[in-house]
Amino acid sequence: MELKTKIHAVEGRHDITVTREFDLPVALLFKAYVEAELLEEWMGTKVIKLDAKPHGSYQFITTDPMGNEHHFNGVIHHCETNKAMTRTFEMPGTGFPVQLEFFTFEEDGKDKSKLTMHMIFKSVADRDRLLKLPFAQGINMAHTRLEKILKNQ
Amino acid sequence: MNLRRDVFQAIADPTRRTILLLLASQAMTAGAIAGNFDTARPTVSKHLQILTECELLRQEQNGREVYYSLNPMKMKEIADFIEPFRMMWETRFNKLEEVMKKYKTEE
Repeated sequence: MELKTKIHAVEGRHDITVTREFDLPVALLFKAYVEAELLEEWMGTKVIKLDAKPHGSYQFITTDPMGNEHHFNGVIHHCETNKAMTRTFEMPGTGFPVQLEFFTFEEDGKDKSKLTMHMIFKSVADRDRLLKLPFAQGINMAHTRLEKILKNQ
Repeated sequence: MNLRRDVFQAIADPTRRTILLLLASQAMTAGAIAGNFDTARPTVSKHLQILTECELLRQEQNGREVYYSLNPMKMKEIADFIEPFRMMWETRFNKLEEVMKKYKTEE
């Protein structure tokens, strides 16, 4: 099955574009990003603060399966209902510099919508490091599982 | 695991990325590669050495000349690293769709 999520990452550039088409009206897609309870449910995170308006900000805490807490926060610069959002994104304590994110919400036919997420990083190296994060986590998790299996033998 | 990390360190450098791009279309000698850069030839040699150690490049002796070419298998490994990132978002967005469809019917 073809994945609906597309990643556009040009070698040597410090940005990345993620696009996705949803089987949802644009108003519902937008709502998923601005209402704390809904965002908590789909992101699997705890929303400490979410004030989706210009000069607003957000703060999330996610607990991973190992029980470690991960903090995410940023400032919302621009927020236009059902159309667009511009925000900064930061993971304090990880060594990653803050990044800038442009979200575009579009209607894409009846009851369908499209999200474009354009992320801009401080440097090419920072972008590549962030891209590799799930890859590295995947390897770490596989290692942990392997260690458990070996220990139990 | 260490080897993998080295591959990513290798492509983090702009000169090394340019070398990989140059070699994408043809095999070249160290001299021909160095001709594309303003930097000193030993610097380019050092970059070639790092790329070869990471197995991104292969060396082939052709008479008196050594030709460098890309190792397609290793290059594929780099392309593959973006997939887990894509999968992470695919899973999140699927969940978003599911949550919002449920929300819609409850509304």
